[in-house]
Amino acid sequence: MTLVLGGLLAQLALTCVAVAAAVFVVPKRRALVAGAAVVGIAMAGAVTGVFALSGGHGSLTVPMTLPLGPVVLAPDRLGGFFMVVAGLVGAVATLYGIGYVRGPAASRTSWSAMALFLLALQMVPAAADAVSFLLCWELMAVASTVLLLADHARRAPVRSAALWYAAMTHFSFVMLLLGFAVLAAAGDGTGFAAMARVPADSGAASVAFVLLIVGFASKAGIVPLHVWLPRAHPEAPSHVSAVMSAAMVKMGVYGALLVSIRLLPGGPAWWGLLLIALGAVSALYGILQASVATDLKRMLAYSTSENIGLMYLALGAGLLLRSYGVTEPADSAIAACLLLVVGHAAFKTTLFLGAGSILHATGERDLDRLGGLGARMPVTSAAFGIGALGAAALPITSGFVAEWALLQSLIHAPATQDRLVAVVMPVAVAVVALTAGLALMAFVKAYGIAFLARPRGEGAAAAHESGLGMRVAMGISASTVVVLGLAPGPVARAAAAAADLSGVGAVGWWGIDLFGIDALLDPVALTVLAVALAVPVVLVSARLARRQPRRRVDLTWGCGGVRLSPRMQYTATSYAEPLSRVFDDALRPERDVLVTHAGESRYLVERVQFQQNVGDIVETTAYRPGIRWMDRVGVLARHLQNGSIHRYLAYAFVALLAVLVVVSL
Amino acid sequence: MSLIGLVRLIRRTGRVAEAAPPLPEGSLGRPASLAGSVQVRHVDAGSCNGCEVEIAAAFGPVYDAERYGARLVASPRHADLVLVTGVVTRNMAQPLRRTVEATPRPRMVIAVGDCARNCGVFAGAYGVAGAVGDVVDVDLEVPGCPPEPDAIVRALRQVTGR
Amino acid sequence: MNIGAAILATVQVTAMVILSPILVGLMRQVRARMEGRVGAGVLQPWRDLRKLFAKESLQAQGTSWVMSLGPVVLVASSALVCVLVPLVGTVTFPLIPDDLFVMVSVLLIGTVALALIGLDSGSAFGGMGSSRHMTIAALVEPTVLVAVYALSIPVGSSSLSLIVDARLLDPASVASPVSLLALVALFIAVVAETGRMPVDNPSTHLELTMIHEAMVLESSGRDLAWLELGSWMRLGALLGLVGSLLVPWGIAGDVTPLTLLVGLLMLIVKLAVLGSALAAGEVFLAKLRLFRVPELLAGSFVLAFLAVTASYFVVQG
Repeated sequence: MTLVLGGLLAQLALTCVAVAAAVFVVPKRRALVAGAAVVGIAMAGAVTGVFALSGGHGSLTVPMTLPLGPVVLAPDRLGGFFMVVAGLVGAVATLYGIGYVRGPAASRTSWSAMALFLLALQMVPAAADAVSFLLCWELMAVASTVLLLADHARRAPVRSAALWYAAMTHFSFVMLLLGFAVLAAAGDGTGFAAMARVPADSGAASVAFVLLIVGFASKAGIVPLHVWLPRAHPEAPSHVSAVMSAAMVKMGVYGALLVSIRLLPGGPAWWGLLLIALGAVSALYGILQASVATDLKRMLAYSTSENIGLMYLALGAGLLLRSYGVTEPADSAIAACLLLVVGHAAFKTTLFLGAGSILHATGERDLDRLGGLGARMPVTSAAFGIGALGAAALPITSGFVAEWALLQSLIHAPATQDRLVAVVMPVAVAVVALTAGLALMAFVKAYGIAFLARPRGEGAAAAHESGLGMRVAMGISASTVVVLGLAPGPVARAAAAAADLSGVGAVGWWGIDLFGIDALLDPVALTVLAVALAVPVVLVSARLARRQPRRRVDLTWGCGGVRLSPRMQYTATSYAEPLSRVFDDALRPERDVLVTHAGESRYLVERVQFQQNVGDIVETTAYRPGIRWMDRVGVLARHLQNGSIHRYLAYAFVALLAVLVVVSL
Repeated sequence: MSLIGLVRLIRRTGRVAEAAPPLPEGSLGRPASLAGSVQVRHVDAGSCNGCEVEIAAAFGPVYDAERYGARLVASPRHADLVLVTGVVTRNMAQPLRRTVEATPRPRMVIAVGDCARNCGVFAGAYGVAGAVGDVVDVDLEVPGCPPEPDAIVRALRQVTGR
Repeated sequence: MNIGAAILATVQVTAMVILSPILVGLMRQVRARMEGRVGAGVLQPWRDLRKLFAKESLQAQGTSWVMSLGPVVLVASSALVCVLVPLVGTVTFPLIPDDLFVMVSVLLIGTVALALIGLDSGSAFGGMGSSRHMTIAALVEPTVLVAVYALSIPVGSSSLSLIVDARLLDPASVASPVSLLALVALFIAVVAETGRMPVDNPSTHLELTMIHEAMVLESSGRDLAWLELGSWMRLGALLGLVGSLLVPWGIAGDVTPLTLLVGLLMLIVKLAVLGSALAAGEVFLAKLRLFRVPELLAGSFVLAFLAVTASYFVVQG
């Protein structure tokens, strides 16, 4: 009985406890008991991951009734890394959920589904062969769909979101199935060990690679397969959104790492280029949509898409450089990918939990109706602010360290050897830089409009701070963002162990050292220096304050006008207006001006109404025509299925004849 | 005009500002912290713009009030001195009060022109709420209709002390 | 190493705190003289600051701690940028390499502080300035990163002091086309980031044309003083960076009184020359319409990108 095996068994046992608690405990205590059990599952998963990451071995075989073979769970280091991430995210989100859930989200179904969801999230990285992987993948998809449907009886967008989500996740399942089938056929077996023996430069490997990447990209939220993300994440309950955005989409990244590092290492250069292209488009499109989004959770969903794009970009750069044989920058790039995984998990959890807090307190998700929450909800404000700092990649957060590592690995790629790399690396740097700039703007907008100045609506004016459990959960995830930003060394070492990277390690007081490319960063030292510089400023300011204390006045300066209502403040829509003008072609906002004239007059106007809607152009230009086409095909096919028994008998007869003819040949 | 043309024009024109007249005597009890640097917020409380033209000339190249440390600013929060022109109309009474209240202390108010001092030619008109002194406390007055830029500059120099 | 770096850091920060207002004063004087005026003298910004520190700070209802803490954050971040950029010397702390991305991120902290101050004021002007400022910052970041990236390729490191050291050792690289392209792009980015003409007019009174001014309309007293000082220090540090890259001679390679003095004098000369050139340029330029600024920034990005690809091919060939 190894530690890993013990951990896996503990997870299964706790899942049974959790489901039993969800079904049998009275509603008043259900959240607490079931929630505690679910937190237990997540923490057990995280601990198992730590054991696996530090080299522990253990294998659990769960016999299945389906004739597909047993589910084999044997996490390796990379799987362990992702188990830790998923486990911690799940634990914090569930802790939050205990205090947050109300109504349908607190039902028996939802809590059982939550337990199964978190279990599946732990089993996917632990799976050791394709069949187990796919089964756990499907369990993850079904459980999350059930969780997403929590509010479907009250709101129509939830149903539509669940439909899109279910369709896209099964599309990804089919792609994965095909990809694994190709690899299993080429490698003579469904185990990952067997698949790893397939040579990476064969045709079968390339076909499998493309299929698998398409499947994983769809789950990860890569453009153009991302259309379910901005629909599903806002409609799910906030703690579920946090787990989906911070942990579930990471399984898409885990899959990409699995394919490119463990199953098919040493692939050709175009694999890396494919990932870079997908990542770059995703990153830019995602952050552009996030910058102009006014729905808080939709903005966070698109930001997830952007960060996943950066992870794919990092991985692609690593693969590209590996195919040229330069291991140090390549390994630094892959380390950057893993740092982004960890960093993003931390700040995205914080942001979604904060958004949930806002929704809970104000009933609003629309940034245009929020404002002044900083004074009313200080803990949420602080946590969301730290999360926003992380998303904007500013010091001293986890996002900053990850983006620094990414840029370092891109800049140090020795491009003198090849023209392709000489063009791709600067483009990649430019994409990362533009993404960082736009992310900065998006999150300044989100934090500033929601928490500063005065409330723009009644919901915001009536806001109150969240309960203790929610505050503790937000506090834990916000502190994680800062701690990971101050002490990236251990994370770097874990990443190096997970993907077997050289040239990555720690330095100084928990600083990160990419010694392969001669780049180091010690955030603690930087912070000490910053504090040392800030102290004189603060002291001078304090002395001046004693001589001339601050005076409170009633009105903001607004040109001395009489009407200075909160409605005169900038809203999220107006904040993003210059940007949406600059990127008009990529966003294609629909603007409508409706003028109601007074009576019969053509000149006197009673009312002018302006409406702006920024839709997802991938959805409107690619998916809707596709759906319409499939609809038409379906309508045509009804000619075949017209209900006449005679015609069906004729079909059966013709089919039988055809079979006999073929058999006799 | 082309770049070369502009350069030649600048070189030809040289210095336009006239020599500074001698410093006016007598301090008016101005706050010591305003010595050498005064930021001015101009408020038109209802003038005919004659005084505005003179103020523009005072800050223009010929009289160059900036060399004495005075500068026009956009917000009363940045200002030390509120320069009010024109008689105070009914609509501008409250905005004028708000502007002066929005100015951090130590602050001063200068009423420029006869209208600001005692309603000038508009005394008794139906749209007039009063002179500037009737609405806010005035520290210094500049008589004239309109006052010469010289007089405006002298008033500013009394505040900056330069 | 640490003591030397600490001494250099202190010298750089102190010098920039003292010199930045004088730089701005010099720029205003150059403009004044070219316009035929006398001007207020190079020390006027210091007089303005002294007066502002003595005035009271007002806090309107509905605003928050951002209005009082934001300016301090801006000044602290500007001071940190002054330490990270090789202005007087290239000696760095062993654990704090003055890496490009770190410097840009610290600069952006100041940008974010300003933007939040604009939003917190609760007026339409503040939001407008904040929105425009962040849009320009987002569009400038690629140019800055790619331009310094172009300069870092011959050196193999993105640490600013190593880049300057390498340019000292190889004078020919300073005049190479790659270097000139990158520096022109960087200069345009600096103009945009610090809010100078033709991107923003620092002395405008028309709120609808403001970018930087609009965000600080609500601040008063010492808040305003910190905001002004912080913005001037950013300008000084960025112009100093361009100066160090353009003319690396005179920068101290080690920390001795003589080298520090030479470095300081060279910094003063470089800032004076660059500042005067910028101010003279402002006399001839009109402010660009806001929606033309992205075109300018895109143009500077193209220059920086050309510099990067050219430098790869130059090194290869």
